[in-house]
Amino acid sequence: MKNFKKPTEESKAVQYVLIGTSVLFLSLFLLLPLAIIFTTAFQKGLDTYWASISNSEALAAIKLTLIVVAIVVPLNTLFGIISAWLISKYSFKGKNLLLTLIDLPFAVSPVISGLIFVLLFGAQGLFGTYLLEHDVYIIFALPGIVLATLFVTVPFVARELIPLMQAQGQSEEEASHSLGASGLQTFIHITLPKIKWGLLYGVILCNARVIGEFGAVSVVSGHIRGLTNTMPLHIEVLYNEYQFTAAFAVASLMTILALFTIIIKNLIQWRTKETTL
Amino acid sequence: MQKTSVFKKQKPFRLPGFSFTLGFSIFYISLLILLPLSMLLLNVTQLSLSEFWQIISDPRAISSYKLTIGSALIAALINVIFGTLIAWVLVRYDFPGKSIMDGIVDLPFALPTAVAGITLSSIYAQNGWIGQFFDFKIAFTPIGIMIALTFIGLPFVVRTLQPVLESFKKEEEEASASLGATRFQTIYRVILPTCIPAILTGFTLAFARALGEYGSVVFIAGNMPFKTEITPLLIMTKLEQYDYIGATAIAFVMLVFSFVFLFSMNCIQWLLQRKKLQGGRA
Repeated sequence: MKNFKKPTEESKAVQYVLIGTSVLFLSLFLLLPLAIIFTTAFQKGLDTYWASISNSEALAAIKLTLIVVAIVVPLNTLFGIISAWLISKYSFKGKNLLLTLIDLPFAVSPVISGLIFVLLFGAQGLFGTYLLEHDVYIIFALPGIVLATLFVTVPFVARELIPLMQAQGQSEEEASHSLGASGLQTFIHITLPKIKWGLLYGVILCNARVIGEFGAVSVVSGHIRGLTNTMPLHIEVLYNEYQFTAAFAVASLMTILALFTIIIKNLIQWRTKETTL
Repeated sequence: MQKTSVFKKQKPFRLPGFSFTLGFSIFYISLLILLPLSMLLLNVTQLSLSEFWQIISDPRAISSYKLTIGSALIAALINVIFGTLIAWVLVRYDFPGKSIMDGIVDLPFALPTAVAGITLSSIYAQNGWIGQFFDFKIAFTPIGIMIALTFIGLPFVVRTLQPVLESFKKEEEEASASLGATRFQTIYRVILPTCIPAILTGFTLAFARALGEYGSVVFIAGNMPFKTEITPLLIMTKLEQYDYIGATAIAFVMLVFSFVFLFSMNCIQWLLQRKKLQGGRA
């Protein structure tokens, strides 16, 4: 058999060993955790599961997470589109610096991302006394959570759109504009249809990170139950109180969302591949 | 500065919106990224050099640096080996369940870190699904930390390497084989060199992510000072004790280390690219 293999392929035996190792590694590292999440969540039956995700604290955490999503995702999407337009359509000095700055949050530990907002708005922070005098609460309240999450997820949409819009060039936009369309019209009718899948991809990645952000939020939230606990923080509290079933029940909700994110991502990639072929 | 004057003078054509998008981007970044980050610098400069040195060279801090860098490095190297293997298998071979395996690689990106943390720690705890098969403890030791960091860094190498392998020209392999190279020689001398920049990028991203990782590690680490306390956790502990100065000083060290690392990796990439270009000319 060995003599019949193509010279640009490995022998079947080698292929099986490589495939086997990869599948084993992925199963142990990724599939097993998925299985654990759902079996632990449902180990005490459906009623306990339902109770864990429908009690007032869990609902408050879900609500807070959704509020944060509703503020952060649109803002960072808007920034992503605007900065991608800027970087892909014009040449100007300092472009590389701007790109580096957009990427910066990727290089900063989530804990530090939270810390910097405590340094700004915390009681001992730069604006601390001013805020205290005016009864404005940022740290240990919703605005702090929103700010820290905004910081962490700044690059997601921009990072998807910039290479895409750079690759697409701008001749169609120029044609549209020279025929009298305004900048906004050009964007909506010409650019948006070309980038919609990349945009959607960036938005769902951003969304997943906003929902799951833990380190940064944990620094600024103050862990006030029912008030400033997002879903990941709620999971932490439950886990540390040895309420494993409840912790995994809430975790399973977030896992379902993560799986949806992966499915949508693959659909988008599959679609863009179809259209480019 | 008006649009009409630009047209009259026939300057290079520019789509509208430059000043708006530039202004908005600079405003957004300054307010959200630069201003908060500059707080680190501002707070650190309030310390005298000896105070600063005392905080950052505290034995507890030093052992946290060692643990963080060491486990991030090992995790990133594990990801280089298995990530390269997985990318190769996913691009080159067909097997049942391949699309599921391909899709699931993104799980660590999509799954909240806290969920990963509690899951991994219950798998590798002594009574856990995997932990029970080992005589030694995995969770709550540095091995547990490495497992968590390997988990969160896994997609980086796979996802940066996959497109490179997909676009690799079959002709080059055929040429190599027809000139008498064994399969191993072809892989080692023809395919691997093309992949090195992507593998390096994957390594860089995985390592940088692992350095700062917090959510997936805290649950599995055990968090014992001097033993299983990573630097982000030390920052967190100092914050909870209202030691903002201590937290800031250590955060500053971490940030500088990440930037120096990312910068040197960029330099290495640049050198590799230049070497490749020169090799092409010779």
